[in-house]
Amino acid sequence: MDIRTTGGPATAEEMAAVDGLLGEPESLWEGGERRASDDHLAYGGRATRSRRHLLLPVLHAIQDRSGWVSRGALEYACRRLSIPPAEAYGVVSFYARFGLQPRGALSLHVCDDIACKCSGAEELCAALENAHGPSGVVWHRSPCLGLCDRAPAALVERAGMQHKDRQIAPFTLAQAESILGGGAWPEPATYSMPRQAQPKLLRRIGAVDPESLESYRLHGGFTALGRAEVIGSDAVIREITESRLLGRGGAAFPTGRKWESVAKAAARPHYLVCNADESEPGTFKDRVLMENDPFAIVEGMAIAALATGCEKGFLYVRTEYPLARRRIENAIAQARAQGILKLEIEVRRGAGAYICGEETALFNSIEGKRGEPRNKPPFPVDVGLFGKPTLVNNVETLLNVVDIVVEGGASFAATGTKDSTGTRLFCASGHVTRPGIYEVAMGTPLRALLDTAGARKVQAVLLGGAAGSFLTPDQIDVPLSFEGTRAIGATLGSGAVLVFDDTADMKQVLLRIARFFRDESCGQCVPCRVGTKRQEEILERMLGGRDGDGRSDVLLLSDIAQAMRDASICGLGQTAANAIASGLTQLKVLNV
Amino acid sequence: MSEAVFVGLPRRLVKLTIDGREFEVAEGSTILDACRRMQIDTPTLCQLDNLTPVNVCRVCVVEVEGSRVLVPACSRKVEAGMKVQTDSDRVRHSRRLVLELLASSVDMSLCSPQVHAWMGRYGATPSRFGDQVATAAQPVKIDNDLYVRDYSRCILCYKCVEACGVDAQNTFAIGVVGRGFDAHISTEFDTPLPDSACVYCGNCIGVCPTGALMFKSEHEMRAAGTWDESRQKVTETVCPYCGVGCMLELHVQDNSIVKVTSPLDHSVTSGHLCVKGRFGFEFVQRREAKR
Amino acid sequence: MFGAGGGTSSYQEAEETDLIILWGSNARETHPIFFHHLLRGVRGGAKLIAVDPRRTSSAEWADIWLGIDVGSDIALANAMAREIIHAGLAHTEFISRATTGYEEFARCVEAYTLERAEAETGVPAAAIKEVALAYARAEKGMICWTLGITEHHNATDNVLALINLGLLTGKVGRYGSGLNPLRGQNNVQGGGDMGAIPARLPGFQDLEDPEIHDKFARAWGGATFPGRKGWHLSEMFEAMDRGDLSSLYIVGENPARSEADQGRAVRLLSGLDHLVVQDIFLTHTAQMAHVVLPAAAGWAESEGTVTNSERRVQRVRRALEPPAGARDDIDIICELARRLGSDWGHPTAEQVWDECRSLSPMHAGMAYRRLEELGGIQWPCPDESHRGTQFLHARLWKHPVEGPRAPFHAVEHDPPVDRLSEEFPIRLTTGRRLDSFNTGVQTNEYTSPLRKGEALLISPEDGQRIGVEDGECVRVSSRRGSVDVNVRIEPTLRPGLAFMTLHFPDQVSTNILTIDATDPKSGTAEFKASAIRIDKIPAQVPAS
Ligand SMILES: Cc1cc2nc3c(=O)[nH]c(=O)nc-3n(C[C@H](O)[C@H](O)[C@H](O)COP(=O)(O)O)c2cc1C
Ligand code: SF4
Ligand code: SF4
Ligand code: FES
Ligand code: FES
Repeated sequence: MDIRTTGGPATAEEMAAVDGLLGEPESLWEGGERRASDDHLAYGGRATRSRRHLLLPVLHAIQDRSGWVSRGALEYACRRLSIPPAEAYGVVSFYARFGLQPRGALSLHVCDDIACKCSGAEELCAALENAHGPSGVVWHRSPCLGLCDRAPAALVERAGMQHKDRQIAPFTLAQAESILGGGAWPEPATYSMPRQAQPKLLRRIGAVDPESLESYRLHGGFTALGRAEVIGSDAVIREITESRLLGRGGAAFPTGRKWESVAKAAARPHYLVCNADESEPGTFKDRVLMENDPFAIVEGMAIAALATGCEKGFLYVRTEYPLARRRIENAIAQARAQGILKLEIEVRRGAGAYICGEETALFNSIEGKRGEPRNKPPFPVDVGLFGKPTLVNNVETLLNVVDIVVEGGASFAATGTKDSTGTRLFCASGHVTRPGIYEVAMGTPLRALLDTAGARKVQAVLLGGAAGSFLTPDQIDVPLSFEGTRAIGATLGSGAVLVFDDTADMKQVLLRIARFFRDESCGQCVPCRVGTKRQEEILERMLGGRDGDGRSDVLLLSDIAQAMRDASICGLGQTAANAIASGLTQLKVLNV
Repeated sequence: MSEAVFVGLPRRLVKLTIDGREFEVAEGSTILDACRRMQIDTPTLCQLDNLTPVNVCRVCVVEVEGSRVLVPACSRKVEAGMKVQTDSDRVRHSRRLVLELLASSVDMSLCSPQVHAWMGRYGATPSRFGDQVATAAQPVKIDNDLYVRDYSRCILCYKCVEACGVDAQNTFAIGVVGRGFDAHISTEFDTPLPDSACVYCGNCIGVCPTGALMFKSEHEMRAAGTWDESRQKVTETVCPYCGVGCMLELHVQDNSIVKVTSPLDHSVTSGHLCVKGRFGFEFVQRREAKR
Repeated sequence: MFGAGGGTSSYQEAEETDLIILWGSNARETHPIFFHHLLRGVRGGAKLIAVDPRRTSSAEWADIWLGIDVGSDIALANAMAREIIHAGLAHTEFISRATTGYEEFARCVEAYTLERAEAETGVPAAAIKEVALAYARAEKGMICWTLGITEHHNATDNVLALINLGLLTGKVGRYGSGLNPLRGQNNVQGGGDMGAIPARLPGFQDLEDPEIHDKFARAWGGATFPGRKGWHLSEMFEAMDRGDLSSLYIVGENPARSEADQGRAVRLLSGLDHLVVQDIFLTHTAQMAHVVLPAAAGWAESEGTVTNSERRVQRVRRALEPPAGARDDIDIICELARRLGSDWGHPTAEQVWDECRSLSPMHAGMAYRRLEELGGIQWPCPDESHRGTQFLHARLWKHPVEGPRAPFHAVEHDPPVDRLSEEFPIRLTTGRRLDSFNTGVQTNEYTSPLRKGEALLISPEDGQRIGVEDGECVRVSSRRGSVDVNVRIEPTLRPGLAFMTLHFPDQVSTNILTIDATDPKSGTAEFKASAIRIDKIPAQVPAS
């Protein structure tokens, strides 16, 4: 590609970071020094352009080394990968976690999202603002970090030769001051697991050593894969279909049907993607699974690949989950080394974009592009990652698969309801005394869950995260099943159960949700790009009591909501008004 | 691989129903194609015949039976038995909101009369969001002798990015930058055009539907109040430069070329030109002075 | 090309081929819209190979760039041919049925071993072999070239060497395969088609064929005109030098600026008894003329047709009133005829065209109305029911072959005339830039943000050796003369290779340096290869 770069050279450190990932440049034409062999010959073209998908890993390498992405560094990456700088700039600027301004090596990300707000995040942020100036320089406000069970939460990161990052929760002002002053980082606790009667999916959590393949084996690990290899692809898909398992990523699509489509797709290769982007506010189940039972996820992926004929697998995990990432990488490496895992699996880090959990946005992100969702059809099973048939499943879905292969689809379907089989993981947080992950059989009433988790004086429950909707106290007998929630116009979504007691300021909660969607909209389509902005503005002015006529503003909001729901490209825009609409109509937050 | 498959197989016909009328179109057509064949005026902003559909503006949405959400007519392919409604309440509502939301955030005054007619048809009242709302208002960018970029008019239709990128020029001087409401068109690091990869082919301007991108000459004539499309005549001819033979449309006002475009459906150019064809006409009208 | 002077393929085919060799062409800048078609092919999976001494912006798109030494094209092509033959990839069935001269050709290329080719071209042997085999193995493949092939003293041989490759692999006459010269000006193709070359009559018909000559003579009311071929431009200059040519009528050319060895060209032109120049500008040549005939600009001020590189005849139309005094070319010529005693009336462009159609079989079906309807028509178009011809030479694949077989031509490598020496150690090659055109008469009139004026581009290594930095002034000398020019350091150039354009003759007369060694058949000079020396000159006091 004829690329023009005018930003000046990268520093030696930045170049080393890029070369560390890509290897030394092989010629002048790839960004290296001139060698005699460059005078009369160059290879490039498609071979170089096809490495575009390495853009995000390269950007991470740069940022991990220097704390931000300078123009020189970006342009060096462009030369190495044959990417036009304007395109690359569009990509860097898409992802919230990449810095385009000089930053110190240390950065602190403090969650100010819904659950953390219930645990004093605002006060924490106010104190930090007082002491260290507004967010965006030394410390940064962050959407939900997936640690809501131990809110308030933070993520701390230090760039350099020895890049380090760690999630910390619960997080205190004293810790913040100590870290910003150069002090040691507290050790992470990985989960809070309330005791539960008979965990199924969660049975190994806390029992198995997440870093040891042997330990996993001792807990029955890899018997499912062994059985899958024996019974073969068709039989595996038959079991999955019989289990009537529905995807746990939010869209509740029948897993068996999806697998069958990919298995049958004629184009090659087939790709497998494990969606571990988990960024729905209030959701942290996939993190807990990856941190504590990583081998099972690898096993689930191996089975899925075997059944659907995938030649290569990717696991896309949000960058805010460093421990989960490391444990998964370790599990893959061990399983590969032992020859148990034949499938090549690459772990890819997100970079701070909720939208990248949407499957087609996720493909674009892996391909090194802006995480903009694609219009469907065509569906991923036909045209997915790199334009090839692709199977995407959520972490929890894949974990279920492991059990189904062992116990059989029919037995699996015996748990739960007719239309919602098996168990489901719920993430209880907010105003509950025992926050954490709860595994309950599908169909269990929400009230039972709330009781176990210790919810009192409930004002509202946000079920399904920001993309879900609010339930009032008189709705909490709803059975936790796909059809049960659907009947009252709600959704299980990601399994987030955010509880608000009567002290919660629901206006602030609604505003935070509105801000979340405005921040996270990819900006591609008009209803969502402008709609989420207007939605936030109108809410703000209603709360501020400006412009008097609340009634017409409610009408405006519902007009916007309908257009977002009907005309947006993807699920983000389509659901961006749900929680707010339910807050206004069900909870009567604003008394209009 | 068999040889010489260039004749294109005869395309099969697909039967669908639009607004209660049955109609047959070639397989592979979009709903928009079908609507146009049926003379159903369908608003579009991000669609252009010489660009790959990006389906981002959503003003063309229609209701398809069996679909939970509305679908973009510009990119959705027709299927046998499809039942489409182009004027239901839901469709009218979304089209209206798209136009309102856009017009509340950017200056659409220089959009074509057709766009204004659609606003009228759907009763778009952009002012109803209030006057305190955020807009894309910003200073006009003038950093070179050929182009003016006024992004306060930009509706983010992606057309310029496509024309600069894979659909034609493959220069990628501009891209979509940032995200959400802050997403905008920009060069890398917002560098001025002369320091960017821009090669001034003008293809971005050629496809821009809002006047956000404009030839400097037009910008200046508008500022001076001399731009008058009613007095312009468009003549097709062939570019005087290299041997590719690009078809030009010379827009002439008062015996002076004021703009150069190319027909979208011409097999040589598909509507796209290079800097010489687009701007290299000055010599022909400077001769008087020189002689 | 074997009896038809035009590119064989359509642009559309570049979008659907499997492999394209861009040979001596920086189409990215010189044929930008053709490059759009080519890139669609590349996006669709076609392999792109660029053969060019410079790593041009076109070459940056290539899967493989072969950076040959200037003027070693035949060595490369012949070695590729040898590799193809040795690998058993020659299309023997096509060769035996549709071509002639293969045996001699094969004998000739046998001497071009990879080792020899590497020595002549500088390109590693393995890469030459790789490209040869890739081309031969591709299902569909195209070779496109421009002035990098034709601005040499052996231009015709260069072209023949490329044609040989097409014949050897059967890559001509089928959809997606072809041999395509990309024309440098909007009507070079049309001019040739209309007979504005020494041996041809309109329709590319052979002037020396008595039957054809008679056909035209009859149509032109029994007019008498020479039946033998005339001179091309370089031969005219030779004739002036000998004193055999003393009057010259130039229409739309600026040889005082565009000829190689400019000093000689100007001297010969000023020695003419009578010089008439018909042009839209008062060019440098026009300033030397005894009579100047101001003309309307063909593309915007008058009606007519031009023909592009895919043989598409298209209409040009009048959009502007020409400046006072400037007249349509047809008017001027008819007026001239009248004053010379022959009344041709006042034909419209369409009438002239219809006469042409009546005499030129390949244009016969191209009524103005049809040109309009079909967006131009690719010749040949024998009648009004014919939609034009997308690609040429399908006849070679007919059983039996229709018309004459296509001949191989054994051609030998012959290095540039202007040899490198201790005194002139650097190879200067010339070329064009995206925003400018030829001598800049037209393009220098619009302000291009890309334009940075003339400069001598050299590699960083040469800059260091000579001791100059970007922007410093140097004296460039060849065996013919010297010019002073600012240096621009260009990392894509290799040591020993320098580059200039011809776009700014008023600023730097590059053609003072170039050599007029000319291809005897085509009449083009070797603009692409001069031997130069670069000397640092003390910094000048900048003009205030
Ligand atoms: C805005 C948005 C965010 C999403 N985020 C996630 C996510 O973080 N994890 C996930 O598994 N699915 C997420 N999804 C759903 C995926 O698009 C997809 O349906 C899912 O990964 C499929 O896996 P499953 O069939 O196993 O549920 C998201 C969807 C949308 C619209
Ligand atoms: S709905 Fe929102 S997030 Fe989804 S594609 Fe449209 S703008 Fe992007
Ligand atoms: S500048 Fe014009 S073409 Fe580009 S996105 Fe904006 S409105 Fe569309
Ligand atoms: S971690 Fe803060 S809300 Fe989830
Ligand atoms: S025209 Fe269809 S989405 Fe824009």
